[in-house]
Amino acid sequence: MDRVFSIKNDLAENRLFLRRIYVAMLFIGLMSAGLVVRLMYLQIVGHEHYATLAKENSIKLTPVPPTRGIIYDRNGRILAENTPSYSLELIPEQIEDMEDTLRRLQALFGLPDEKIEQFHRQRKREKRFNSVVLLPAMTDEELAKFAVSMPFFPGVEIKTHQVRHYPYYELASHVVGYVGRINETELKELPMPEYQGATHMGKLGIEKTYETQLHGTTGYAEIETNVQGRALNTLNEVKPVPGANLYLTLDIDLQKTAYDALDFYNGAVVAIDIKTGGVLVFVSRPGFDPNPFVVGIPSEDYKALNESENQPLYNRALRGLYPPGSTIKPFIALAGLEYDKVRAPQGLYCPGYYTLPGVDHRYRDWRRGGHGTVDMIRAITESCDVYFYRLAQMLGIQKMHDFLQQFGFGEKTGIDLYGEVAGLLPSPAWKQAKRKQRWYEGETLITGIGQGYHQVTPVQLARATATLANHGQVVTPFLVDKIVTAQGVQKSPEQPARIIPLKAQNLDPIVAGMINVVHSASGTAKRIGYGIPYQIAGKTGTAQVFGIKQGAKYNESQIDFKLRDNALFVAFAPADDPKIAVAVVIEHGGHGGSVAAPIAGKVIKQYLQNLHEN
Amino acid sequence: MKTETRREHFHPSSMIGKLLRRMHIDIPLFLCLFLTALLSFVILYSSGGQDFGVLLRQAARVGLAFCLMIVLAQVNPIQFKRYSATLFGIGIFLLIAVLIMGQIGKGAQRWLDLGFFRFQPSEMIKITTPMMVAWYLAEHHLPPKPKQLGIAGFLIILPTLLIAKQPDLGTALLVASAGAAVLFFAGISYWFIGAIVGLVGASTPVIWHLMHDYQRDRVRTFLNPEADPLGRGYHIIQSKIAIGSGGIYGKGWLGSTQSELEFLPESSTDFIFAVFAEEFGLFGCIALLTLYLLIIARSLYIASQARDSYNRLLASALAFTFFVYVFVNIGMVIGILPVVGVPLPLISYGGTSIVTLLAGFGMLMSIHTHQKFSIG
Repeated sequence: MDRVFSIKNDLAENRLFLRRIYVAMLFIGLMSAGLVVRLMYLQIVGHEHYATLAKENSIKLTPVPPTRGIIYDRNGRILAENTPSYSLELIPEQIEDMEDTLRRLQALFGLPDEKIEQFHRQRKREKRFNSVVLLPAMTDEELAKFAVSMPFFPGVEIKTHQVRHYPYYELASHVVGYVGRINETELKELPMPEYQGATHMGKLGIEKTYETQLHGTTGYAEIETNVQGRALNTLNEVKPVPGANLYLTLDIDLQKTAYDALDFYNGAVVAIDIKTGGVLVFVSRPGFDPNPFVVGIPSEDYKALNESENQPLYNRALRGLYPPGSTIKPFIALAGLEYDKVRAPQGLYCPGYYTLPGVDHRYRDWRRGGHGTVDMIRAITESCDVYFYRLAQMLGIQKMHDFLQQFGFGEKTGIDLYGEVAGLLPSPAWKQAKRKQRWYEGETLITGIGQGYHQVTPVQLARATATLANHGQVVTPFLVDKIVTAQGVQKSPEQPARIIPLKAQNLDPIVAGMINVVHSASGTAKRIGYGIPYQIAGKTGTAQVFGIKQGAKYNESQIDFKLRDNALFVAFAPADDPKIAVAVVIEHGGHGGSVAAPIAGKVIKQYLQNLHEN
Repeated sequence: MKTETRREHFHPSSMIGKLLRRMHIDIPLFLCLFLTALLSFVILYSSGGQDFGVLLRQAARVGLAFCLMIVLAQVNPIQFKRYSATLFGIGIFLLIAVLIMGQIGKGAQRWLDLGFFRFQPSEMIKITTPMMVAWYLAEHHLPPKPKQLGIAGFLIILPTLLIAKQPDLGTALLVASAGAAVLFFAGISYWFIGAIVGLVGASTPVIWHLMHDYQRDRVRTFLNPEADPLGRGYHIIQSKIAIGSGGIYGKGWLGSTQSELEFLPESSTDFIFAVFAEEFGLFGCIALLTLYLLIIARSLYIASQARDSYNRLLASALAFTFFVYVFVNIGMVIGILPVVGVPLPLISYGGTSIVTLLAGFGMLMSIHTHQKFSIG
């Protein structure tokens, strides 16, 4: 019975299906007829109208790129601007004897043959009435030469373009960055209507981070053309919207002071406005001249920059990884107080070395004879290593890690620049995961004096110092203060405040110790403290670049420069009402006190003096 | 017997015919497809600025697509049925993968980069969705009962939403219509269709609300292209000028000034029909439309001859979707539909769409040529 029913069903199904096929065909036929009717309407009824539009009144849209926003420092000094650039262009259609014209131009400017060949290649791609570039970015001399002989060159003209220019050259290169030609891959990813006709985009630094704001909106010119596509006249124009102007928190004068103070050393200086997190100085030395990158840097020049052993393209302030050395000590001391492992007046005898129970290894102090009995303030002032070995042992690595993490060690600061690195804040878990090894207690000790695995970036160090000065209020460093458009001024968004819960009285001995670093007779940076009406709180640091053998003597003058210690210094001022925090890292600078501290001193003095005067 | 063999031996045309039949190729369908592909080269040469490189790249794709078609024609349709659910599952999985990767990449993403080639899962789902729905419905008696309709509806809406999310409205539309076509041929009642149409009409404000800004712009532009002649209306205006200026007889091959002068954007891809209409006029357009209708008619004939429900549903749905392709593309180019990214089937430059289309025709050929061996 089932089968009979099924067959019956099959027949019904078949009939139903065939009916549906007919309905579908009818539907398709009707819809197709609709298409044909519309086509007839366009091609028969509308033909004359559209043919006229196509033939006589052809309107072509040409994109009009916007002018790029200008970048200023906090005092309105221009860091990136648009300057006119002139190029010599030929309109083939208007030139009677191309060969002759080219020969005379070649003689006039002393052009190599390859320039002429390049011109010919370019010419083939263009329509006869479009101009073709022969000489881009003309010098004043070339302009003058041509101005005199212009009447003898019909069909040759000078055209103006806007070109990005960085008037401070290498001084702010790592902050401002540069724009470069848009390449093939970028072209595919760019939002297209906005980038029609654009040739350059931000490739590094602020130019890259704020590309969208700086670029602006492309406009269009409606150009009437004839059948061959020759422009007849401009009918209508939608004006481009220029890009926003950016005002940075950076102070270019202060930047110059820091850059010059680094002198022949490689290194980085970062200074932060403690209240806001605004970056006042962001130096990575050596810098490089960003201007050649705009027009297209010759490959041999780029190679030279890239392969230079001083690595000028390397942003040390943002990406340089350095052991913090003794600059970590104030933080470790604070951790000791916060976790109740130590009280500030408690003394500890320093014989010049420290040993772990049952181990022969002697962890040495930088002062061979030792410091005698030191309390916390003296331990910071004189940078006593033994005190911090002991304190680190009492804290243990996990507590140190957790405490330091709150100050932003081991993570990006979130500054508005691309390519920041996170540094490394070691912990047993990290070591197990990355190195498949357990943590040794000796490693805890050396972490306590900023050696070992711990690696910080200069901007991280500056931020941590600002946080300390701020009584635990964590700031996010930022560079762009205001974004100014025709519509108005947009302030950078307030950074969400994060506060490390610290006991206020715990900070007192830390700051006291740091003041003594600069202002006491035994301080390691006492030279910068003379003759100023306020107090600077600082901490020197010297970080080994290579390990010294047990018991070996360390003699700076006898070892190669490249193996010399890195010099560090962190500071904030005025100590009682902090306004600025600075971190200085100098590669192979030797001792933090003698080389790094004076640079921070100069920056602080100049900034506070300017503040006072204004 | 002997004489017959000899006679065939002396007639090369019948030899080829026999060979094609043995290769499971449906000759009328093959000829029409081949002719359309040839036509595509003629138009591409003109619209692509007479660049042989464009032709070569397209030829490589078309060649690959034809190979795939012939390979699929060899496969017994029982296999299609057997793997319907699996292929559909893979397709859905890949769509989700693309969405997740797109979210990581922060933007629209339709491609899955497999290193050596880039793969667009939404193309695959265009075929596997009707396969899945046909397989599911063919498991039961037709016409489907409400419960089966519910499940089938889910099978259609799931991939549609995943693709709409990419966002790729054109492809989502095609997938939905492929699934809907299966439902239609499976015999759901006209009352039900009417109700759905009514429901969609009533929910227009909701859909409007859910659309992306740029999609709303497209609809606004469609309703009034002259309002924004420099921006989004530009496509449609230029396209209409190209078509209208072609007239009845056209400007002749390579005579398209609109695309030549770069007035018409995307003249080799989505808007290639405008170039064709400008150069070959109304006659050309009707000829092309006729070619398409021949392909569709042959496909529907194949569907009508198919003996089991799965094959019928799949074949008819593939044929109908092909028409939707044609209609949506031409409709948007001539300004009676909003602009959604749907290429002109078999003619537009580029991409995976031609591979998918010919894969579908390969399956149609298989359904037709394996009839004798399949068990009703």
